[in-house]
Amino acid sequence: MKLTGAQALIKSLEMEGVEVMFGLPGGAILPVYDPIIDSPIRHILVRHEQGAGHMAEGYAHVTGRPGVAMVTSGPAATNIVTPLCDAYMDSIPLVVVTGQVPLTSIGSDAFQECDTTGITMSVTKHNWLVTDAQDIPRIVRQAFHIAGTGRPGPVLVDVPKDISNSTMDWHWPTDADLAADLPGYRPTLKGHPRMIKEAARLIAESRRPVIYAGGGILKARAAETLLELVELTGIPVVTTLMARGAFPDTHELCLGMPGMHGNYTAVTSMQKADLLIALGSRFDDRVTGKVGTFAPDAKIIHVDVDPAELGKVRRPDVPIVGDCRLVIEELVKAVQAGGGAPAQPDRSPWMTQLRAWQAQHPLTYEQSYDDGVLKPQFVIEQLRDSTPEDTIVVSGVGQHQMWTSQYWRFAHPYTWVNSGGLGTMGFAVPAAIGAKVGRPDRMVWAVDGDGCFQMTAQELVTASSERIPVKVAILNNAYLGMVRQWQEMFYEERYSEVYLSPDLPDYVKWAEAMGCVGLRVESPEEVQPAIEKANDIDDRPVVIDFRTDEREKVYPMVPAGASNDDIVVDPSQGEGGR
Amino acid sequence: MAGANEYRHHILSVLVENKAGVLARVAGLFSRRGFNIYSLAVAPTDDPRFSRITIVVDVESKPLEQVTKQLFKLINVVKISELDPAASVERELVLATVQAEAAARGQIIELVQVFEGKIVDVGHDALTVMLAGPPSKIDDFEEIIRGYGIVELQRTGRVALAKLERQAPRLRSVSGKVG
Repeated sequence: MKLTGAQALIKSLEMEGVEVMFGLPGGAILPVYDPIIDSPIRHILVRHEQGAGHMAEGYAHVTGRPGVAMVTSGPAATNIVTPLCDAYMDSIPLVVVTGQVPLTSIGSDAFQECDTTGITMSVTKHNWLVTDAQDIPRIVRQAFHIAGTGRPGPVLVDVPKDISNSTMDWHWPTDADLAADLPGYRPTLKGHPRMIKEAARLIAESRRPVIYAGGGILKARAAETLLELVELTGIPVVTTLMARGAFPDTHELCLGMPGMHGNYTAVTSMQKADLLIALGSRFDDRVTGKVGTFAPDAKIIHVDVDPAELGKVRRPDVPIVGDCRLVIEELVKAVQAGGGAPAQPDRSPWMTQLRAWQAQHPLTYEQSYDDGVLKPQFVIEQLRDSTPEDTIVVSGVGQHQMWTSQYWRFAHPYTWVNSGGLGTMGFAVPAAIGAKVGRPDRMVWAVDGDGCFQMTAQELVTASSERIPVKVAILNNAYLGMVRQWQEMFYEERYSEVYLSPDLPDYVKWAEAMGCVGLRVESPEEVQPAIEKANDIDDRPVVIDFRTDEREKVYPMVPAGASNDDIVVDPSQGEGGR
Repeated sequence: MAGANEYRHHILSVLVENKAGVLARVAGLFSRRGFNIYSLAVAPTDDPRFSRITIVVDVESKPLEQVTKQLFKLINVVKISELDPAASVERELVLATVQAEAAARGQIIELVQVFEGKIVDVGHDALTVMLAGPPSKIDDFEEIIRGYGIVELQRTGRVALAKLERQAPRLRSVSGKVG
């Protein structure tokens, strides 16, 4: 069967089971957009290519399948670099297809030419410049294989226009063809049995263990297995920003989020632990604080599918390269073989200590009804309590993100979508749209900041026209809040270029102009009714402009570069607080 | 100097797929992760599907383990061997054009013979010489001829292979990632 390169590309995507892709056409990708008309794949037309990338990320977050985005060459390719980098940092499987000028024009500074593979080399797991239409099916298969296996990540396929227009003999490569052409790619999935046995031995000896669960748990679909390990051993769990929901907050052994804005118990439990069981986590600087003083007494068991993470920041006592789910399954067996739950040492003093810290230093804020000033944490709590338990929450980056992670109660995996590693402002709106496309059965709420919202809000036009009913709660404090917080705390309240104004733009009018329902909430009493109204709307997006207190800061906080021992629990402690 | 070099410099022999852009991926990884390359040599192997890159890594900046692990994550990297200088054969080649007026010419030719090099080009008042050997020998040669006046000098960077085992031959599995 003879096909054009463009037809082969779309057919290959169909063969990979792609149901939806996010994109925006242009010159160099034009040939590929023609067969889309006849394809069962749903194409969602975005308003900016960055939106396409973040939507694909949101989709991948909640479905576990690679998100697909397609854009043209040059500026479109550079516009999607941010989502690629974001996905690379957070190990999100993405397949991005870009158009390219004809092969014969490459290197000539042609119109809308850029070195897409060169530019994206350091932010993709792998990328390809297609030089022969005959290679398209193999490259697409490899792209999905590499994006979704091992440590997941984004890949990019750059397709020159003349390649899309040329003809090829259709064929679909077999698994053997695939393997033969990837001699350098064999992820290790099964953990080393001796190391797993050694890990079980360390667990059986530990009096003060903590499981340090990272995003790898979610990538490996290991949430249930983790629960099994925890119930067997009785070891408490901290869930990093990328792992919120990987272990239910509703479980008595869940200590919540550690790190720079983690709660006191989660942070301190790691500092005082004698054993950290790091599962799919990477000792990120926002978790460890000053590395030299991080968890000084703890031995480390580190499980990760990426061998380069083991020993990158902290040398593990027991390194295990492997898929989190497979390794935890084996670890459960090893613990059982060692006598199971009854053979675990008495950890009641440790648990008593943890409970005391929880009682002493809970997350707190004060909502007064007298002055009418609305606290952002109050909005999040109200939202949490008036939405279904399996609601998917998406956030941008900054104060609102930290408050959401702190105050939401994640009961299920894949209900939390955010930009962790790269910290991409503007992530929430498009990612929420992608998440809703991936899980139309769920309610999807984006909790966004006013600064973030202004970066990508135009994608709500996409959501309206495609009938994707996401809901957006803007915590509008009229500031780049996190920057303001740092300027207040570390730059003597010298506020430099952080004020945004609460009324410019008028968020309600803007939402309405984009085909959404727009609501405004200015006092605590109005919060609940507005949320209920939004929850009842299911035929278009809703935006609520919550006017929140600009002075509110995120606590607890471990100042940048400080030791986790120096966590500041609340404002009253001031700078010297311990 | 040589002692310090041996301590800081490690040789990685990296087998890669012979595809467009692979060298850029390797070089890009080094700059992105803050690793330092001291020298780099690349050429196809006997199997045209693969090339071998010999990288001398400066491990002052980052531990070698991180360098090899990150390199191995590149999809086109098939195999990495770290070559211990004591257990490998290293060679480097230098081409040097040296000022050689009539009076000095005889001495230079003599030195080249002592080092077992070759005169590869002759001009009116200069000679181009070639020398291949262990990097330390090249260092010595370079130092000695410097006094005569070096017009131009180009070293290749080192290439290396593991030393052969001296034990009695035994059967070993040679199937690896390459298959």
